[in-house]
Amino acid sequence: MLILECPCCGVKAEETELSPGGEAHLKRFGPGSTDEDFETYMFARQNPKGVHFERWRHAYGCGKWFLAARCTATLEVFGTYPAQTTEPPAELIAKIKARRPDWKGWK
Amino acid sequence: MRRYSVFAIAREALRFHSGWEKAWRSPEPKKQYDVIIVGAGGHGLATAYYLGKNFGITNVAVIEKGWLGGGNTGRNTTIIRSNYLQDPSSAIFEKARALYETLSQDLNYNIMFSPRGLLMLAQTHHEVRGYKRTVHANQLQGVATEWVTPEQVKKLVPMINLHGPRYPVLGGQYQARGGTARHDAVAWGYARACSDMGMDIIQNCEVTAVRSANGVVTGVETTRGEIGCKKLGIVVAGHSGVLAEMAGFRLPIESIALQALVSEPIKPCIDIVVMANTVHGYISQSDKGELVIGGGTDGFNNYTQRGSFHHIEETLRALVETFPVISRLKMLRQWGGIVDMTGDRSPLISKTPLGNCFINCGWGTGGFKAIPGSGWAMAELVAKGEPGPLAAEFDMWRFKEGRFIDESVAAGVAH
Repeated sequence: MLILECPCCGVKAEETELSPGGEAHLKRFGPGSTDEDFETYMFARQNPKGVHFERWRHAYGCGKWFLAARCTATLEVFGTYPAQTTEPPAELIAKIKARRPDWKGWK
Repeated sequence: MRRYSVFAIAREALRFHSGWEKAWRSPEPKKQYDVIIVGAGGHGLATAYYLGKNFGITNVAVIEKGWLGGGNTGRNTTIIRSNYLQDPSSAIFEKARALYETLSQDLNYNIMFSPRGLLMLAQTHHEVRGYKRTVHANQLQGVATEWVTPEQVKKLVPMINLHGPRYPVLGGQYQARGGTARHDAVAWGYARACSDMGMDIIQNCEVTAVRSANGVVTGVETTRGEIGCKKLGIVVAGHSGVLAEMAGFRLPIESIALQALVSEPIKPCIDIVVMANTVHGYISQSDKGELVIGGGTDGFNNYTQRGSFHHIEETLRALVETFPVISRLKMLRQWGGIVDMTGDRSPLISKTPLGNCFINCGWGTGGFKAIPGSGWAMAELVAKGEPGPLAAEFDMWRFKEGRFIDESVAAGVAH
């Protein structure tokens, strides 16, 4: 059972309390963008077997969106952080690198 | 290959079963093949089989990371149906269903195809309208499905509770020639036929890199050495994204765990397949008497082949509502498979940005039923280098061009 700590309200919530929202840090392209940009935004996903940055909503709690770093192969959670950012915090990346030395980096 | 027959059984019975030969060879990999198929599941083996049977290409290796048929081929709920709404989907799934009808004879291997009938329950007015629309579409496509009333549903499945606590049964969509087959036997039968044609099936051989020169594939590196090839087919379901990364392109695919479970064996109580998509559970009874139950997918990406516990609870709650008589039944086993979900819930049978490299994936929660049709279409794509009529619509560029084959809302399948 997956347990994530909501960085907004501090509650340790298990997955039935949360709604998954897919890959995090997607860049949405504005008017005038190419078909490739929009396809990438809509459909292309990293889908790694390993470290994955993703969006979650504390649906049956505070209702806020937040982001999490999780291993898709083991379900190990490296950490959660607020959604108001365009890239993962440096200390979280350092923590993941310590846990997964052969990890290639977040993007 | 010595053929299986009633005479073979009699002959072996007389000599204490000492003469059965291995169903397929396990050779060392050669240095070079015309075609390498990565993934010895149903789809990969079917691709190899139809490459040999339809196109005479037999210098083929099927490479498998684990053991043959040990991925989703051995993890599904064995349901076969073709009652899809969109024309390209119903064409390829109906081709597959039709091939299943005679597959035991074609392969000389009993795959236990059982066209016992498949019923999708409509439990909301939205579903009633959706299934009636699909039935009409199927009639135009030449797929035999029909709308049945609640009274007919009760006749087909006497143990059903038509007046469920949450959702009454308002009718159903019935495909009389849908059913089940023995999933392992499908992989084994294709493997035996491929091996008989001289193809090499190489198990315990994981691909670690894809080799290319000037934008054209030249071979693969594996845990058992480097193997060259002129053409490469990637048919690895849940791990498609991993292989695609090796080949240098990205796929519109996310990998998610889907669960299934079986109950303890009981006396025959249900002789068709029933899918209840509103309450989210589907059920059939195996020849051993176990109820085979399909559950839901996890909401988040993962490769754990396990699945979240609460989905079991939701699935069983749905089934107990629909079939109260099974409420005391114990569950024997539960497992998960990694399904590869595309944006429109339809598969990819496609050329790729890498020359002579082809991909067949994205079958999501419904790949088993498609195995023969998928192999047929993929073999045509690999052999000719261009898709035939079955595969034409399923290319990977449809997402850029907005030509979705939108089954996520249309088919009513349990996602």
